[in-house]
Amino acid sequence: MTMTLTINGAEHRVDAEPDTPLLYVLRDDLGLNGAKYGCGLGQCGACTVHVDGRPVFSCLTPVAAVQGRRVTTVEGLGSPGNLGPLQQAFEQEQAAQCGYCIAGMIMRAQALLDRGGPISDADIRNHMQTNLCRCGTHMRILRAVRRAVDATGARTSSLEAKP
Amino acid sequence: MTPLRTAAALAALAVAGLAGFAVVAWKPEIAPIRRPAAGDFTPDEVRRGATLATLGDCAVCHTAEDGVIYAGGRPLATPFGTLYATNITPDEATGIGRWSKDAFKRAMRDGVARDGSHLYPALPYDHYTHVTDGDLDALYAYLMTRPAVSAKAPENSLIPPLGFRPLLAGWKLLFLETGGIAPDPAQSDAWNRGRYLVEGLGHCGSCHTPRNLAGAEMRSKAFAGGVAEGWNAPPLDGSNAAARGWTADTLYAYLRTGLSPRQGAAAGPMEPVVHGLSTAPEEDVRAIATYIGSVMGLKAPAQPTPVSPPVDRAAEAAREHPNGAALFAGACAGCHGDGAPMVAQGRPPLSHVDAVQADDPRNAVQAILQGLKPSSGGAGPYMPPFRDNLTDAQVAQIAAYVRTRFSEKPAWPKLADAVAEAKREGSPQ
Amino acid sequence: MTRSLDTLSRRSFLSTGLTAGALVVGFSMVPRAFAQLAGGGEGGPGPKVVAPNLPGSLKSAPMLDSWIRIDANGAVTVFTGKVELGQGIKTALIQVAAEELDVPPARVTLVTADTARTPDEGLTAGSHSMQDSGTAILNAAANVRMLLARKAAESWGVAEDAVTTTGDGRLAGPGGRSAPYGEVAAALSLHVEAVPDAPRRDPAQYRTMGRDLPRVDIPAKLAGGAAYIQDMRLPGMLHARVVRGPSVGTRLEPLAIAEVAAMPGVVTVVQDGSFVAIVAEREWTAVKALRRIQTAKAVRSAPPLPNGGVVEALKALPSRDIVIQDGPDTPATPAHTVKARYTRPWLSHGSIGPSCSLALFQDGKLTVWTHSQGTFDVRRVAAQLVGLPEEDVHAIHVEGAGCYGQNGADDVSADAALIARHVPGRPIRLQWMREQEFGWEPLGPGMVTELEASLGPDKRIAAWRHEVWSNPHNNRPVGAGGVLAGGEIPNPFPVPEGKPIPMPEGDGSRNSVPLYDLPNLHVVYHFLKDMPIRVSALRSLGAHLNVFSIESMFDELAKAGGIDPLDLRLAHMVDERGRDVIATVAERFGWRGRPRPDGRRGCGLAFARYKNLGAYCAVAMEVEVERETGRIRVRRAVAAVDCGQAASPDGVRNQVEGGIVQSISWTSREAMSFDAERRTGFDWSAYPILRFKDVPDSVAVHVMDRPGQPFLGTAEAAQGPAAAALANAVADATGVRLRDMPLSPERVRAAVGVI
Ligand code: FES
Ligand code: FES
Repeated sequence: MTMTLTINGAEHRVDAEPDTPLLYVLRDDLGLNGAKYGCGLGQCGACTVHVDGRPVFSCLTPVAAVQGRRVTTVEGLGSPGNLGPLQQAFEQEQAAQCGYCIAGMIMRAQALLDRGGPISDADIRNHMQTNLCRCGTHMRILRAVRRAVDATGARTSSLEAKP
Repeated sequence: MTPLRTAAALAALAVAGLAGFAVVAWKPEIAPIRRPAAGDFTPDEVRRGATLATLGDCAVCHTAEDGVIYAGGRPLATPFGTLYATNITPDEATGIGRWSKDAFKRAMRDGVARDGSHLYPALPYDHYTHVTDGDLDALYAYLMTRPAVSAKAPENSLIPPLGFRPLLAGWKLLFLETGGIAPDPAQSDAWNRGRYLVEGLGHCGSCHTPRNLAGAEMRSKAFAGGVAEGWNAPPLDGSNAAARGWTADTLYAYLRTGLSPRQGAAAGPMEPVVHGLSTAPEEDVRAIATYIGSVMGLKAPAQPTPVSPPVDRAAEAAREHPNGAALFAGACAGCHGDGAPMVAQGRPPLSHVDAVQADDPRNAVQAILQGLKPSSGGAGPYMPPFRDNLTDAQVAQIAAYVRTRFSEKPAWPKLADAVAEAKREGSPQ
Repeated sequence: MTRSLDTLSRRSFLSTGLTAGALVVGFSMVPRAFAQLAGGGEGGPGPKVVAPNLPGSLKSAPMLDSWIRIDANGAVTVFTGKVELGQGIKTALIQVAAEELDVPPARVTLVTADTARTPDEGLTAGSHSMQDSGTAILNAAANVRMLLARKAAESWGVAEDAVTTTGDGRLAGPGGRSAPYGEVAAALSLHVEAVPDAPRRDPAQYRTMGRDLPRVDIPAKLAGGAAYIQDMRLPGMLHARVVRGPSVGTRLEPLAIAEVAAMPGVVTVVQDGSFVAIVAEREWTAVKALRRIQTAKAVRSAPPLPNGGVVEALKALPSRDIVIQDGPDTPATPAHTVKARYTRPWLSHGSIGPSCSLALFQDGKLTVWTHSQGTFDVRRVAAQLVGLPEEDVHAIHVEGAGCYGQNGADDVSADAALIARHVPGRPIRLQWMREQEFGWEPLGPGMVTELEASLGPDKRIAAWRHEVWSNPHNNRPVGAGGVLAGGEIPNPFPVPEGKPIPMPEGDGSRNSVPLYDLPNLHVVYHFLKDMPIRVSALRSLGAHLNVFSIESMFDELAKAGGIDPLDLRLAHMVDERGRDVIATVAERFGWRGRPRPDGRRGCGLAFARYKNLGAYCAVAMEVEVERETGRIRVRRAVAAVDCGQAASPDGVRNQVEGGIVQSISWTSREAMSFDAERRTGFDWSAYPILRFKDVPDSVAVHVMDRPGQPFLGTAEAAQGPAAAALANAVADATGVRLRDMPLSPERVRAAVGVI
C-alpha cells in the first residue's frame, strides 16, 4: 500500500503494509538511521521520534497512524556536519559512549525544550526517565540537556534540585 | 482521592456548604507542641505504625513524583482546580512536627487540621475515622519519627468559592459518620481484621463504592464499583464474584502481586495499592482477601474454577474493524499478539483482562492512553502509553477491534466519546 | 604457570586451614607473556608471539607496515586489531599515533579489526586495548618517526639528531631544511621489523596525548549518520530472523514452516538440522513471520534450570579447587574475626541494541560483518560452522551497541553466516529480537564468596582467607562449538568444556587476591566447570564480586576494630600508586570531614587495582537510604583513577563515570530471574536497570597525571570499587551490612527497617 508521510518537513511516498511500525519504514525504506531498534516494546526509547511535536516510540507506531501527521527524527535537528543546538550540547559534553541510545535521548530531550517554560534539573530527570542507557552515560546526558536548556535561558535552578 | 471524586465532592460543597457553615464551621486550634523526640515512642509502636501506613497508602498521596517520602507536594488535578498533598513529615514549619497526638487524631477522624481549618476529603477521613486509638497512636509514632523535611506544598488553586474551607463543615455534617467498627463475633478473626482494614485504613470504598451527587460514598451501594482518576474501580460486591472465578486465594495472589491470570494486571490507581500490599504482612493481606471475598459472596473454602479458554475471534474482528486490525498489528501485537514474548512468558491473554470484558470501555481506553508501569521503578507489568502516537479516533478503532476480537460481549458504544472523556479525566500531563 | 593451577581436593585445602604453610606459588611467578594475553586471557590463546622482546601487540605483529602507512600526500593510516565498543578507543589510538608520529590527529585515519587488513590482536576485552594495541602503535609510531628522521638526515647529509619534527607532519633540519612526511616516506619501506627502543617523544612536549580530543565517532551518533552495523544497508539485502525457544535450552514445536514459507514476502525458511531462520524481503515481514512461528509450544530440551538461590545452585556443582594463594603463615592472635558470605546473581549484559550481523556468501567466499569483540574468532567460528577454509572467510568489525562482554554478538554472527551460506548471492541482515537477546545471550555468572579475616590487637589485619565459587567466565567461542548454531546443525559441534583463566588475569578468581599487604593470606578458587545456565564474560568478570567482597570485608573489620575505613586501607597498602589513588579520592571527596552517619546518610569508599596489573581505581560515595522504601539514592560519587599515561583523559573519565553508574545498576537492581523451564527476565520490565531518577546526583572522576607511564587498562576498573563503595556507604548509613546483590529496595527495606 502506498502512503504519503511527512518526515522532517519533506513528503515521502512509501510502499509498505499499513501495520508496519514507523521505525522500520524510517530505517529500511527511507534510510534514516537515527531511530534505533532497542526493544520494539516501548520500553527503552531508542526509537524515539516526534509525531506532531510529541515524543513517541516509533517501534509501536504503525505507519498508517502517522499519515497526514508531522514526523520529526533526529536527522531533522541537524546533520553530523552541521549539528543542531541540542546535538551540539551533546557534542560539547561528549555525551555518548556506545551512543546507541543517544538519538532517542536527543529526541526525548528536544520535546522538553520545545515544551517551553521554566525547566528545573528535576524536570530533566523526570522527563528523561522514559529512556534507557546501558553504558551509564546518564550524567553526561543530563549535563548536555542542562547545557541546552541554559542556552535557551529556561532553567530554573543551577543545583540538582532535590526536595 | 481521585480527581473525579474530588470534583464531585467539591461540587457538593457548594450545595451543602451554607448550612454547615452556620452550624459547625468553627473548630478551635489545638495548641502547638514541641516536636516529640524519637525516644518518646517504643520501637514496636513505630514498626507497627510503618505497617499501618503501608496499609493506609499514606505514601501514595503524600509523596511527590520522585520526592522524599511523606514530604507532600503531589498534585491532584480536578476540574475545579488543583489540590496539593501536604507534608506529613514532622517538620515544624512545613509539616506536622508541632501537632500533638490529639491534633493528629482529630485530623484523621474529623478532617480538621491542627489550626482548626477543615481538610478536604481528599484525605479519606470518612474511612480513617474508623481506625482504633491504638493504631492512630502507632501511626503517629511512626510519622513523628520520620526525618523532618522542609517542604511546603504549593497553594491549592481552586476556583472560588471552593477555596473557602469552612464550606467543608457542611459536607461533614451531612456525610461524615465517625466512630469505630465493632467486631462481629459471628465472623472469624481474619474476617473481622479484614473488615477493619478495608473499611478503615485501606479505604477501599473510596474508589470501589459509588458516590452520590455530593461526592460522598453511597452506603447503600457499598462496593458496587466507582471511578478513580478516570479509571473504573470495579465492583467488589456479588456482581463481580463468581463471574471471574475469584476465590480468597486468587484475591490474595492478586493483591500481593498485582497480576492475575483471570483479570490481568493492576492498572491505574490500583497499581500503587498492590505495590504497597506486596510489602504488607501476609496475614493482613489474607484478612483483606477474606473480607472482600465475603463481600463478594464467595463461599469458603472455594475452589478456583479453571481459567476459561481464551477468546480470539481474529478473523471476525478484522472484518469488522480493518483499520483497528492494522493499528493493533503494528502497535499492540508486539506484546499482545500471537507468538509475542509476553504471551510466551505466560502473561494473561487480552481476553482474560478485566478491562476488555467490562461493560464500559473506560479502563481499556485508559490503559491504551496511559499505559501501565510499576510505581516502584522495579520489575512489574508494564505497558507504554499511546496517547501521543495515536489519534483519538485511532485509539477508538483499536479498542473496538480488541473488544470484538477478545470478547464475546456486545461492542462498546460511543467509543470516540469515551476516548475524549478519558483524556479529559485521567491523563496526567 | 601450571603451579598456580595446582588442583587440590577441596578437603585437603580446607584441612590446611589458615595456619598451614604449604607454599603454592601465586601470580608473581607467572611468566610475563601470560600477563600480556590479549583480551585478559579470554578466548583462544591469541596470536602467536614471534618477537617476545617487543612491547604490546608488536610481539605478534612486529612489521611496522602492519600498523602504520603514510601516503605520498602525508595522510597517515593506522591499523589496529582492536575495535570500538563505545569506549572511545578509536580516538585514543589516533591520539597515540598522532603524538608519537608528531602529526595533527586529523591527519590520521584508523582502521579497526578486519581480518583482511589489520593485525590479529585477539579480543577487544579485559581492558587490554591500550596495553596491547596502544603500546604497539605508540612504539610503531616512534619507530616510524625515527626512520623518517634517519632518512631525512641521510638525504640532507646531516646528523640524525639534528632532524626534528614540527608537529604538522614535516621534518626540519639545520639551515631551514624542511620536508613533508609524505615525501620522505615515499622513499622509505615500512616493511621492516620494529626495534624495541625507538626514541619516544618527551612527555613534556606532548601536543596531542593527554589532551581532551573530541571523539571522532560521536558526531555521526548524534545526528543519524551511519554509525552502527544496524545501519548497514547493502544492495539486494534480505532481512532474517532466527527461530529458537524463548530461552537457552528450549525449542519450539511444532514449527509452522510451510505456512510461514508461504507468507508473501518470505523468501525462504532456512533449515539446517534444528537451526531455523526466516528470510524475507522486508524486515517487518520477517518479524511477523517469526511471531507466527513462535506460537508453537516451548519445550525444554536441556536439564531443568536450578531453582533457589545462587548459593544452592553453585554449591551443588562439582568443584575443582584451585589454590591461588596459600600463606606463608605466621602465628597470629586475632582480636576480632569476621566471617561473611557475599553473593552476586546472574546478570544480563543488557545492550540497548540487540545483537546484529550481516553476511554475504558469494563466489564461494563468505563475508561477515560483526560487532563481536573477537573479529578473528568470528572468522574461525564461521569457517568451521559452514565448512569453508579460513582464508575464504572475511570478517569485518562494525560498531554495534555497547556489549560489556560476550553478549549475543558472536552467536548472531554465526547465525548470519549460516543463513548466508544457504542463500548465496544476497546479503543477509539478521538482528535478534529484544527477548532473544535476554533469552539466549550468555549471562554474567552468578558467584559466591566466603571470607574470613582477623584483626590483631595492633589494629592490623592478622589473617585473610578468601574462597570463591564460580563458573568459568571465559566461554568465548573460538570454534563452532561455542556458538548456539554450532549445536543445532546436523553434525553438531560439542560445547567446549569451560576452562579457568589462569592468574594473574583470572576469571572467577579475578581480583580475588587483595593488593593489600596481608599476612596469612589464603585464596582458593572453587572452579565449577558445569554450567547449568549459559554464561560467559561480563565486564570485569569475577572482579565485581571479589572486589565487592574484599572491600566490604575491610569495612566490616574496620567497624569491628573501631578504625576509620580509610586508615585501615592506607595502613595495609604498600603500593605507592595504590596509596596515592586512595588518598586522592579521600581528599577530593572530603572523607575526613564527611557527614557522620545518621541512620540514612552515610559514606563508603573502596579500592582495587584491576587484575592487580591494570588501572588503579578508588571510589567514594555518599548515599541516602530511604528506610521506608529501601531506595538508595547516591548523592555523589567521586573516583580517582591511575591508568598510567592517559591518552585521552576525558575518555577515561567517560569510561569510569559509565562504569560507576552501570555498577550501581548491577549492584542495586539487577538479577536474572528463572523458573525451571526458562529465564523469566525477557524485557526491561522483567529485568529493570537503573533509569535517570536513580542515577547519582553527581559523579566526579579524577584522572591522575602520569606522564609517559605505560598504559594501564581502565574500562572495567570501576565495576568492583563502585559496587563495594555503595555497599559500604549503605552499611555506614544504616548500620546494616548487606552482602547479597542486588541491594534492591525490597531487600534494603527488609534488612534495615524503619528505625
Ligand atoms: S525500540 Fe522502541 S522503545 Fe525500545
Ligand atoms: S551510550 Fe551506550 S546505551 Fe547509552
